[in-house]
Amino acid sequence: MKEQKTTALNLTDEEFVFPGNRACAGCGLSSLYRIGLKAIGRDAILVVPPSCLTVMQGLYPIASTQLSVLNVTFASAASAASGVRAALKAKKNDHTRVVAWAGDGGTADIGIQALSGAIERGEDFLYICYDNEAYMNTGVQRSGTTPRGTVTANTAIHGKQQQSKDLPRIIAAHSPAYVASCSAAYPTDFHDKIRKALGMKGLKYIHIHTPCPTGWGIEDRLTVRLGRLAVETGLYVLYEIEDGEMKLSSPSAKLLTKKKLSPVSEYLAPQARFKSLPEEAVEALQQEVDAKWETYRSQMT
Amino acid sequence: MFVFESGNVAAATGVKLSRAQVIAAYPITPQTPLTEKLSVFVDAGELDAEYVAVESEHSALAVCIGATSTGARAFTATSANGLLYMSEQVHWTAGARLPMVMCVVNRGVGAPWSVWNDHQDSISQRDAGWIQIYAKDHQEIIDTVIKAYRLTEEVCIPVMVCYDGYYLSHTYMPFEVPEQEQVDAFLPPYEYRHQLGPENPTSLNTVTLPGRRPDLDGNLAPGYMEIRRCLHTELRQAIEVYERVDSEFKAMFGRGGSPIAERYLCDDAEYVAVALGSMSNQIKDAVDELREEGIRAGLLGLSLYRPFPSEFIASELSGRKGVVVFEKALSPGNTGALFGDTRAALYECSSRPFLRNYILGLGGKSYKTSDFCGAIRESVEAGSEPCDHPGWIGLNR
Repeated sequence: MKEQKTTALNLTDEEFVFPGNRACAGCGLSSLYRIGLKAIGRDAILVVPPSCLTVMQGLYPIASTQLSVLNVTFASAASAASGVRAALKAKKNDHTRVVAWAGDGGTADIGIQALSGAIERGEDFLYICYDNEAYMNTGVQRSGTTPRGTVTANTAIHGKQQQSKDLPRIIAAHSPAYVASCSAAYPTDFHDKIRKALGMKGLKYIHIHTPCPTGWGIEDRLTVRLGRLAVETGLYVLYEIEDGEMKLSSPSAKLLTKKKLSPVSEYLAPQARFKSLPEEAVEALQQEVDAKWETYRSQMT
Repeated sequence: MFVFESGNVAAATGVKLSRAQVIAAYPITPQTPLTEKLSVFVDAGELDAEYVAVESEHSALAVCIGATSTGARAFTATSANGLLYMSEQVHWTAGARLPMVMCVVNRGVGAPWSVWNDHQDSISQRDAGWIQIYAKDHQEIIDTVIKAYRLTEEVCIPVMVCYDGYYLSHTYMPFEVPEQEQVDAFLPPYEYRHQLGPENPTSLNTVTLPGRRPDLDGNLAPGYMEIRRCLHTELRQAIEVYERVDSEFKAMFGRGGSPIAERYLCDDAEYVAVALGSMSNQIKDAVDELREEGIRAGLLGLSLYRPFPSEFIASELSGRKGVVVFEKALSPGNTGALFGDTRAALYECSSRPFLRNYILGLGGKSYKTSDFCGAIRESVEAGSEPCDHPGWIGLNR
């Protein structure tokens, strides 16, 4: 049975996170987490390594999440989630959902080995990576997913010189049950993809582009605007991969029929983190994006 | 039932009898035959457990942390660099107060690489907050694993069961395998009181401030330091709990009775050797030989190393003429760790023996009974003369 598409109208009123958490104003993760837990529901155990989410959880003895949460070491989200699943199996519990929820550093860098191992073993849980493209919780240092040219606390003068890892592609190369990319600016798409993933056996991976006003140097009110621009300029693509087949999700699929996409400079300009990006780099990035969409158009239309 | 098997199989059999529900392991010599055996038990349907073949030791303990927090009895085992690779998780397990048993099949730590035995691996983790018990033979290995589960689930502090690589892991000895029914009676099913799940939403291991902080009802919850002190206090109390667990084990299985240390010819001994693990067996031969020469020697073969049984050590060793501590580990730049602990425990005794420290067997360096005799003779002759600790046995041969 196909699930109904999520809309603002059919989203449950039930809340799973208490209001007033410790996230920064305008935090992309904060709204995502709220929507994500609505999709996950109460019969779940979350596994969280150090990240902004750890801080959002609250300080002992008060917690903002109404679900069971196991906070674990930085490198071990996927392996600790494997342990939670193993215990549930041992106790013949086949209904409780196991969800690891980590940042880009905890996934692309220090946690990639454990995640790779978990996918190879065919573990049964959902892994969500919210990607705000740097180590925000420790004060904005470069991570494996930080884009080239980004100014961070440890690439302060010239910006990061290396290209970012395409993490969903790396995960997809392991052939897990499901891979999807999402954006914090498209919460109903995220909700749909979680619902779909939770209906599958095996390891499911969801990657979310997550604007961060504090780390990106944008106004608090621009979180959603920037998230949308990343998708509308074609820079960040929303898609799903099942059985090796990639399918664009509707916010990105719409771009296939557009003659001209918004220029990437519209996305880059409001962000202080791209202040060191020279004109030529912006042009090169535009060419990269144009070429990518040329390929998509030829393959998918 | 008596069997003739290796030390690793003794450990695996103890884990099986304890009905571990989740086993996670990464191969490292000389631990491998233990976890291979467990995978066979699981595959053959003799043990109803999830066997998770992880990609690293760090993940092995992560799986056990996740499983134990979700209410399953978990097991892992490792050696040497594998233990060090999981060190962050070793500390985490104790801080999270998770009941767990891990076998450490003792091996020297690289660099340079060594696959052979010493105690540097587990001794280096002595401050992680785990209980550490060292077995001397195969019977002690299997019995200690079973007792360790009972202990860890009572005190919510993880237990390392340590035994010597090769000397015990790969040698064969006869030992008695307890009956499953009896083990079931001794070790009730695991119930974790803070278990994760939808019925009772719980956030475990959240960020904790240095100071105490009120909960929603206004009751003050402990801060980080109060939580750490609690671990320390309950670790000290675990000595008594282990003594009780051991006496209940003895009542049921007829073995045990010396959970902290084996005392060999200690009653009238003027000179007492102190050691951990299987070398104690060899020191007994040395004690016999020295007694024939007229030196009244004895052995305190220590099993419980953490929590350190300071009061037991003080009462056993105070009033002796001399104490010689033999160790297969070193706190480089200082002395052997056990020597330091022993010396500290004796500081407040009115009648302090002289103390000497010998380091031996590092990276599998061989040692003989005559080495122990020689070291004890040398110590007796030197008495309380100042010396440069530690002495070394077996260098340049």
